[in-house]
This record gives sequence, C-alpha cells and structure tokens, in this order.
Amino acid sequence: MARAVTSQRKALNTAIAWGIGLLIFFPILWTILTSFKTEAQAISDPPVFLFFDWTLENYGVVQERSNYMRFLWNSVIIAGGSTILGIIIAVPAAWSMAFVPSRRTKDILLWMLSTKMLPAVGVLYPIYLLFIKMGLLDTRVGLVIVMMLINLPIIVWMLYTYFREIPGEILEAARMDGASLKEEILYVLTPMAVPGIASTLLLNFILAWNEAFWTLNLTAAKAAPLTAFIASYSSPEGLFYAKLSAASVMAIAPILIMGWFSQKQLVRGLTFGAVK
Amino acid sequence: MATQHSRSAARLMMAPAVVLLLGWMLVPLLMTLYFSFKKYLPLRGGDLGWAGFDNYVRFVTSSAFWPSVMTTLIIVGGVLVITVVLGVFLALLLDQPMWGQGIVRLLVIAPFFVMPTVSALVWKNMFMDPVNGLFAHLWKFFGAAPVEWLSNASLTSIIMIVSWQWLPFATLILLTAIQSLDSEQLEAAEMDGAPAHSRFAYIILPHLGRAITIVILIQTIFLLSIFAEIFVTTQGSFGTRTLTYLIFQRVLESQNVGLGSAGGVYAIILANIVAIFLMRIVGKNLDA
Repeated sequence: MARAVTSQRKALNTAIAWGIGLLIFFPILWTILTSFKTEAQAISDPPVFLFFDWTLENYGVVQERSNYMRFLWNSVIIAGGSTILGIIIAVPAAWSMAFVPSRRTKDILLWMLSTKMLPAVGVLYPIYLLFIKMGLLDTRVGLVIVMMLINLPIIVWMLYTYFREIPGEILEAARMDGASLKEEILYVLTPMAVPGIASTLLLNFILAWNEAFWTLNLTAAKAAPLTAFIASYSSPEGLFYAKLSAASVMAIAPILIMGWFSQKQLVRGLTFGAVK
Repeated sequence: MATQHSRSAARLMMAPAVVLLLGWMLVPLLMTLYFSFKKYLPLRGGDLGWAGFDNYVRFVTSSAFWPSVMTTLIIVGGVLVITVVLGVFLALLLDQPMWGQGIVRLLVIAPFFVMPTVSALVWKNMFMDPVNGLFAHLWKFFGAAPVEWLSNASLTSIIMIVSWQWLPFATLILLTAIQSLDSEQLEAAEMDGAPAHSRFAYIILPHLGRAITIVILIQTIFLLSIFAEIFVTTQGSFGTRTLTYLIFQRVLESQNVGLGSAGGVYAIILANIVAIFLMRIVGKNLDA
C-alpha cells in the first residue's frame, strides 16, 4: 500500500517537474527548432511545431553573411585568454593566502571582492579614454585585459576556497618525509588542486563568454565577440527569425554544454562555498 | 608555523593580483571623480573647465533621475521576488523523488548559460513581437488582442526576461541548500503530525535563510547593472531607463562626460551600500 502511494506520488512529481522544466526550457527549444525552419515557416500563423521541412540553410547563411567564425574566434580568444591569464595571476595569490595566511588575508580577500561591486557604467568613460590613448579600443588584447580584471576577484576567491579544503595533515606528512617546499608544491599540492583549478577555468570561461557590457562598448568591427554579433541582429534589417535563431544557437551552444557539465561547481563558485 | 621566508614569498606571490586590482579600481575611479567636477563635452568643445558640484546637482535634479532610480528598483525588486519565490518552489519540487531528475535539472538551469543579448533578442522577437511572436498567436487563439509587450508592458516584459535568466541561479543555490537539510528532522516532524505547511515554515524556510540571503545579495549586485537586456530590447524607452542606462546615455550617447561621471559616482555609492551588506554576510561565512 505504502509503496503504491509512493510511486503514485513519484509519477505526479515527475509529471509536474517535467512540465515546468520543459516550460522553462521552451524558449531555448523553440529557438533551436526555429533555426531549422525556412523564414516563411518561422513566422507562419498558426506556428508550426515539429512538422516542417527541416533545413540547415540558415546556418550557412549566418556564417556567410556575417562571418560567424570571426566572432566565434574573438569570443574564444577573449574568454579563453582572460581566463588563462587570470589563473596565472590568481593561482600564486590564492595559494599564498590559503597556505601562508596572515591577519590581513581576510581583509585582502574581501577588498578584492569589493572591486566586483564597482558598477561598470561608473568607470566606463575612463576605461574608454584609456583604451583610445593606448590604442586598445576594439582589440582583443584590450578585452582580454578587461575581462581578466573583472573576473580576477572571482578566480582568486574560488581558488582560495578550493585550496583551503586541501587538508593540512597531508602537507605535514610530506614535510616529515623531508619534502622541500618545491617538492611539496609540485608533487603534493598541485595534483590535489587540479580539479579546483579546472572548475575555476570553466566557470570563468562561461562568465567571460556571456559578458555583454564591456564587449558591446569597447569593440566595434575587429574584436567584436558573439555577444556583439547577436546584438547586431536587433536592427530591423536583421529581423529574420530563422537566421536569428541559427545565430543564437551558434552563440549559446558551446557554453550551454559547458555549463551543464559544470553545474555543481557553479553553486560553489558563485557563492564562494557559502552554500553547501 | 609560517617562517619569515615563506611569508615574504607569499607577499611576492600575492603582489601581481593585488597591484592589478588596485590599479583597476583606483585609476578609473579617480578619473571618474575628476571628470565629475568638470564641464567636459568631447564633441562640443572638450574640457570647458571646472564645474564644481554642478554636474551632481544637475544629475539629481534632471527629470530623468528619479524615474530611473524607480525603474531600477522596480526591476531589481520584481526579479528578486519572482526568482526567490519560484526558486524555493522549484527547489522543493526538484528535491522530490522522480524519474529523470537529472534531465529536468538540466532543463531548468539552461537559461542561466544563455548569453543576455541572445535571451533578450529571442524574447523580444519570437515571443513578445505583437505580430509574429508566439504570445501574439496564443492571445489570438484565445480571442484576445495581442499585447504590444515591450511598448505597453515594457517593465513587465523586462522583468519577465531577466527573471527567466536568473531563476535557474536561485533554484540551483536553493536546491543545494535543501539537499543539505537533515531529513531525520523532517521525518520526526512528520511523525509528530506537523502538517506540510508548518514543516515548511518552521524547518525548511529557516534552513534556507542563508541561501536565500546569498541569492538576494548576489542577484542584486548583478541586477543593479543590467544592461544588455535593455540595450537590445527598448534602448531605454517606454520607461525602462535604469540608472545604469541613463548614465550610459549621458556618457556615450550624448557625450556629456562630466554629467555622466557624476551619475557614475551616484551609481557607485548605491552599489556600495548594497555591497556592504554582502561583504558582511560573505565575511561571516569565510571561516565557517
């Protein structure tokens, strides 16, 4: 009896949850479906759901018309470059804060996080001006630097939370066995830190990929990544639903898949381990 | 335990990150402060000398200021209420036993990874368009006149779009928190005959307190500066001009750097008031 009730409840839960899940996912699903339609089918009244002539034509047109590959490449360079650069600068910092803490470590960490609260719009013009003076406007180098700086506090924090979880006993044991500081770092700590560093890389890549304020304001033609590429579809002449959908799918697919893989790290990364 | 040697090594290792962030914070901040006291119009004569507190006064007394603060607060508040309430509900639902839980979870969190420019454009054209949008078809199907979403229900539309993007974040954080709840306590309460709503009010909700606070604070920081969603939908028209967008227009569109910078200083102050609360909470949890 009890079993029957449980499985009935389970069925009900399943139905409600799938219903809501699909409802939330629907805009993405609809975009994917529309990307395979012809323009006429994309705006047909009543809308067609699954029974249309599937076509790949839109993807070809998007690539041809606006050189999708160049935007994609810019996104990869900017998100990837800033993440790698950030990691290189943040690993030693987080490392020393986690393993050689001083009284001021906590203050430094909080201060770093506070730079994240600086509203971008408040400092837009100075950055814009500095970029013009230094010839960095509309360059990938410029955006790599900005993205690295806006995400650096998060990278440091995430790494710090991961490093802190490495048990001290293991280090002591290694020291007892006569490991030098170099050996300790290279053979004991680094292997244990790899998972944390990998999730940090992933989350920051996602954040940098989707960031729109700086990319929209500091790039024009040459260095524009996918965020700006999509924004160009907001003009009236860009309003072709099937093409807009194809472009959207091409912009979000890589990051959606990465995001799904890193959902667990997301919680820790974005709350700095404060929610377990 | 740390030796003098390792301490100075640590300082050296920290230096690049500290110096870079200090520069990133101080240089633009001081420049903004400097410009805010200038009459500075790059396209109309450039630097026209000191302005004292003129820009500050003009920014606050301009007819666009208070509406933009209101708009900002309505958007932030609306999105927070929707995402937290629905987030708690969804987290509770996803915590229940069901088939395909992993897949449902992937469906629910997907919007968080969608680029803001994409989500704004997809919602604007494919759902909210008064002629070809899905909502228009739906309204017509039920015999109602299609709504001109972004012009007639502009704030509602923006709140809907942004909530869709942030609901996954709230759900995910809250779900993580619910999963750490001691199930024995709930079972004991159930045995004692506590009805579902009081189990929710007296056990689950207090347990979620910290997670909810964190969701609210982190979202507030990001929502105070939403930009892309407004940039590609209404461009700040139809009463959707937030403080961020107003400053953006002053600085880049009308090229009044002095006035925009004064606005920037206000935005920084506003954000810092919020940040102080966030810092307190994160700081408290640092050693936990």
